[in-house]
Amino acid sequence: MTVNEKVAIDHGLKADEYKKICNLLKRTPNLTELGIFSAMWNEHCSYKSSRLHLKKLPTRGKKVIQGPGENAGVIDIEDGDAIVFKIESHNHPSFIEPYQGAATGVGGIMRDVFTMGARPIANLNSIHFGSPQHKKTKNLLRGVVHGIGGYGNCMGVPTIAGQTSFDSSYNGNILVNAMTLGLVKKDKIFYSKAAGLNKPVIYVGSKTGRDGIHGASMASASFDEKIEEKKPTVQVGDPFTEKLLLEACLELMAGDSIIAIQDMGAAGLTSSSIEMASKGNLGIEINLNKVPCRETKMTPYEIMLSESQERMLIVLENGKEELAKKIFDKWNLDFAVIGKTTDSKNIELFFDEQKVASIPINTLVENSPMYDRQWKKAKLPQKNKIKKDDLKKLKIKDVIKKILSNPNICSKEWIWQQYDHTVMGDTIQKPGGDSGVVRVHGTNKAIAATVDSSAVYCWAHPLSGGKQIVCESWRNLISVGATPIAITNCLNFGSPENEENMGEFVECVQGIGEACKYLNFPVVSGNVSFYNQTKEIGIKPTPSIGGVGLIKDYTKMITMDFKELNNLVLLIGKTEGHIDQSLFARTILNEKNGPPPEINLFNEKNNGETILQLIKENFVKSAHDVSLGGTLTAICKMCIKGDKGIILDKPKSLINEIEYFFSEDQGRYIIEIRPGDLKKVIKILDENSVHYEKLGKIIEKYMSIDQKTNITIDELKSYNTNWLTNYMRS
Amino acid sequence: MKSTVITFPGSNCDRDIHVALKKFGFNNKMVWHDDNELPKCDLVVLPGGFSYGDYLRCGSMAAKSKIMQSVINFAKSGGLVMGICNGFQILVETGLVPGVLLRNKYLEFICKNVFVKIDNKDNPYFKNIEKDVFEFHIAHNEGNYFCTKDQLKEIEDNNQVAIYYCSEKGKTEETFNPNGSIKNIAGIFNKEKNVLGMMPHPERMIDQSLSGEDGSLFFKNLINNIK
Repeated sequence: MTVNEKVAIDHGLKADEYKKICNLLKRTPNLTELGIFSAMWNEHCSYKSSRLHLKKLPTRGKKVIQGPGENAGVIDIEDGDAIVFKIESHNHPSFIEPYQGAATGVGGIMRDVFTMGARPIANLNSIHFGSPQHKKTKNLLRGVVHGIGGYGNCMGVPTIAGQTSFDSSYNGNILVNAMTLGLVKKDKIFYSKAAGLNKPVIYVGSKTGRDGIHGASMASASFDEKIEEKKPTVQVGDPFTEKLLLEACLELMAGDSIIAIQDMGAAGLTSSSIEMASKGNLGIEINLNKVPCRETKMTPYEIMLSESQERMLIVLENGKEELAKKIFDKWNLDFAVIGKTTDSKNIELFFDEQKVASIPINTLVENSPMYDRQWKKAKLPQKNKIKKDDLKKLKIKDVIKKILSNPNICSKEWIWQQYDHTVMGDTIQKPGGDSGVVRVHGTNKAIAATVDSSAVYCWAHPLSGGKQIVCESWRNLISVGATPIAITNCLNFGSPENEENMGEFVECVQGIGEACKYLNFPVVSGNVSFYNQTKEIGIKPTPSIGGVGLIKDYTKMITMDFKELNNLVLLIGKTEGHIDQSLFARTILNEKNGPPPEINLFNEKNNGETILQLIKENFVKSAHDVSLGGTLTAICKMCIKGDKGIILDKPKSLINEIEYFFSEDQGRYIIEIRPGDLKKVIKILDENSVHYEKLGKIIEKYMSIDQKTNITIDELKSYNTNWLTNYMRS
Repeated sequence: MKSTVITFPGSNCDRDIHVALKKFGFNNKMVWHDDNELPKCDLVVLPGGFSYGDYLRCGSMAAKSKIMQSVINFAKSGGLVMGICNGFQILVETGLVPGVLLRNKYLEFICKNVFVKIDNKDNPYFKNIEKDVFEFHIAHNEGNYFCTKDQLKEIEDNNQVAIYYCSEKGKTEETFNPNGSIKNIAGIFNKEKNVLGMMPHPERMIDQSLSGEDGSLFFKNLINNIK
C-alpha cells in the first residue's frame, strides 16, 4: 500500500501530523513506519492534549521513590519496603466487549506493577455505567464484573475495594478503571531504562497474534454507530499465562540478569521497544522473524501493532540468556532473543533479511505532538433556592428508604462477592468499608487503598470537583486509621477537541493539583482517557483517584461498624447544610443544578490529622467519612455493618433537620467513642480547633431520630442490600 | 509432623496453605507438579487456585500431571490427602473421591464466609474436634457438587460426607446452600476417609484479623490427630 495523507488519516493521524512525520523523516514513511507513528502519536500513548497540564501536578515528596513516567509509581513504606501502584483505564474496549475489555484492563495494570519487580498484593477498580434503565447497562455490568473477577481471581490477587456508579452520561461510554498495588523491596525495583550497547533484547510470554491491532488508536477516538465493527481491536486475555509470567519474571528478578524490563501494553512491541531505547538514549534493532507468532504470515506491520496480552520485553546482561531461558522454559512460556541495543539512536526492524523500518527514536518520543488546546473556564453555578416548606413536608423515613436503595448508594455486595478478596491471606478490611486494607505479609504493617470519583461535582464545577475527590480519598484512608501517602489518578473525559470538555479537564487537574499540594499527597502515576464520547455527547468528567496510605500497626486499624452499646457518636467537622448537587437534591428534589459543596483545604487537613491523632491514642472505636448521601446515610451504614442502632438527639444546629442530615458538606467524619473518653476527646478536638457535635448514643436494633422516627436495623438492611441483586437477577 | 503442598502451574493458594501449615506446627515442603517423587510425609495438600488455568475442565489437567501418580499411590496406601477448592476439583478428576463439581448455581464466582456442619468425626480430620458447626470461607466458581443417585446412596451409606453447608445454628437447608450443591454437600471423603476434598478454605481463617479463626481450630486438631 502506498502511504499518503489519506492513509495517515485512516490511521487516526491529522493531516498536519502526517506532514510533520514526512518532514522529520525527510521522506514518506512506509506502511509499517506509519503504523508505528500512529501508535506512538495517538492520544492514549503520547498524552498530546494533556501533557502540558499534567506537568502542573505535584509529583514529589519525601515518600516518593518514583513518580510518573515509569510503568507505575513507587512509594516508601519504611523498613526497606516499597509499594508500587497505578490506575489505568480500559474504557473503550470494555464497552465494545465487556468481559475481555475489563479482564485485559486488570491484566494490563498488574503487568505494569510486576514489571517493576513487585508482587501484586491488591486490586481495586472504579466502574461506571449508564442508567440502570438503559438497555445495555445490565449486560455491560455483568460482563465487566465477570471480566474483572475472571482475571484477578485466577491471578490469585485479592480485589479489596472499588467504586460503582450509574449515570445516564455513561449510556454510550462506560468506564472501567483498574488499579493494582504491589510490594517490593526498595533495592529490588526494576525500571524500563535500557543501558549498554549490544545487550540482548528478549521477548517473553505469550505469542503474538492479530488481536488488539490499533487498540490504542481505537481508545483515542470517539464512538459512533459503527463501533461494533471495532471488536477485533479488543485484546483477548489469558490470566493463566499471566500468572505464569508473573512467577517467571519474579524468579528471574531475584537474580541480577535484567538491565531493563517493560511490559507490552498499549501499542505492544512498538511502544515497549521504543520506550526502553528512548529512556536509555540508545537505538534498538529487532529481527521480526524471531518474534514468536501465534498465526502464520503475520506482517511486520501486524507484529509491531498487535496488542496481544501477557508479553514482556527485557534487556538482559550479556551471557544471561541461558539462565533466563531455563526459567521461562520451566514456566512453559515463550522465550526469544529478538534483537539488541545499538548506538544508532534509531529503531531498526528487519524482516526476511530486509530492513523494513528505520526511524530516529527522538522523532517518535520527544518530537511527538503536544497541543495547547482551547479550553473554556467553567462558572460557579448559582445556588438553588430550596423552599423550606417543601423540605418540611418530607417524611424522614421515606427519604432514608429512597436514598439507601439508590443504585449509587446501595450495597455492592453482588459485585464484590464475585471477586476473590481474601486470597493471599492478608486482607484485613474487605470491600464495603472506607478503604480496603491488606497486611504487608509477615509484618505488623498494613496498606490501605481506596478509589474514588465524584463525576456530579466535577460536572457542576470542575475545579471544586477535582479538589473534592482528592479530599474524599484522603478521608477514606484516614477513616481506617491509615496515614495517606500518595495517589494515582485516572482522568476520564470527553473529547479534548471540544473546548468545554477540555476546560473540564484543565480545571479538574488544577483542583486535583491544589488539593494534593495542600495535603502533601503527591501524584505518583496515572493515565488519561479522552474521547469517552459517542458522536457529540461526552461523559460527565470523571477523574478517578486511587489513594494509598500506611497503617504502621495493623491491630490499630479502624472499621466503620458500630462496636459497643452506650458508646457515643460524634460528628466531626461543620455542617452548613449544603444541599445542591447532593444525592438528596438529585433523587428526592429532582434538582440537578447548583454548585457542589465548597472545599476548605485547611479544615480537611486539620480535621483529618486530628482524627488520626484520636485513632493513635486509641479513642476511636469506629469511624466513617461523610460523603454521598450525607450524615444520616453514613450513620445508617455504620448501624447496618455493626448490627446496632442509635438514638439521635435533635441537632443543635439552626438549619432544618433534612438539610442537617442529608447535606454533603465536606471535611466531615463520624466517630464512635467510649463515654468515659468524652472529656479527653473534646480536649483534643478543642486544642486543634476542630468543630464537633454530639450526634447520639449506640443502642440495640433500631434507629431513633429525635424520638419521632423509629426504624429497625433490619429495615435499613433491606433498603440497602437488595437493589443490585434484584436488578441483576430480574 | 511433615506435610507436602503440591504447586501446579496456576495454583494460587499454595503460599496461603504453606503459611497455615507452618503456623500450626507442620514441617511443610513445597513440591513442583513436574517432580517424580513425593517426599516422605504425613499429609499431602492439593491447594486452591486455577491449575492449568482451569482450561478444559477444572482440575482435569492437574489430575494428569507427573506428581499425581505418586499422590494417588500415597492415598491408596492410606496416606492423608486433602484437596481444598481447586484441590478438591483435582481429587474428583483423579477419581479418589466420587462425584463432580459443576459451575455455581447463579453462574457467578462466590467469595464469602459460610457455615459448615461436620457430619461425622470418625476420621483423622475431624476426630476430637470440639465444635460441630464451623465458619469457613469459600471462593470459587465451580463448587456445585453433583453425583448420581446411586453414588449419593453409596456416599451416604458409607458416611462419606465430610461437611454440609448450613446455617449458623447448623441447619442444612437449601437457603444456606451458596452454590447449588446436591444435599448442601461442601466436602467429601473417600470410602476409607483418608482422602478429603472440600470447597471451603480453612487456611483463610487462621487469624483474628482475617475472616475468622475456625480454620485455626481445624489445623490444631488435625496436627494433634496425626501426632
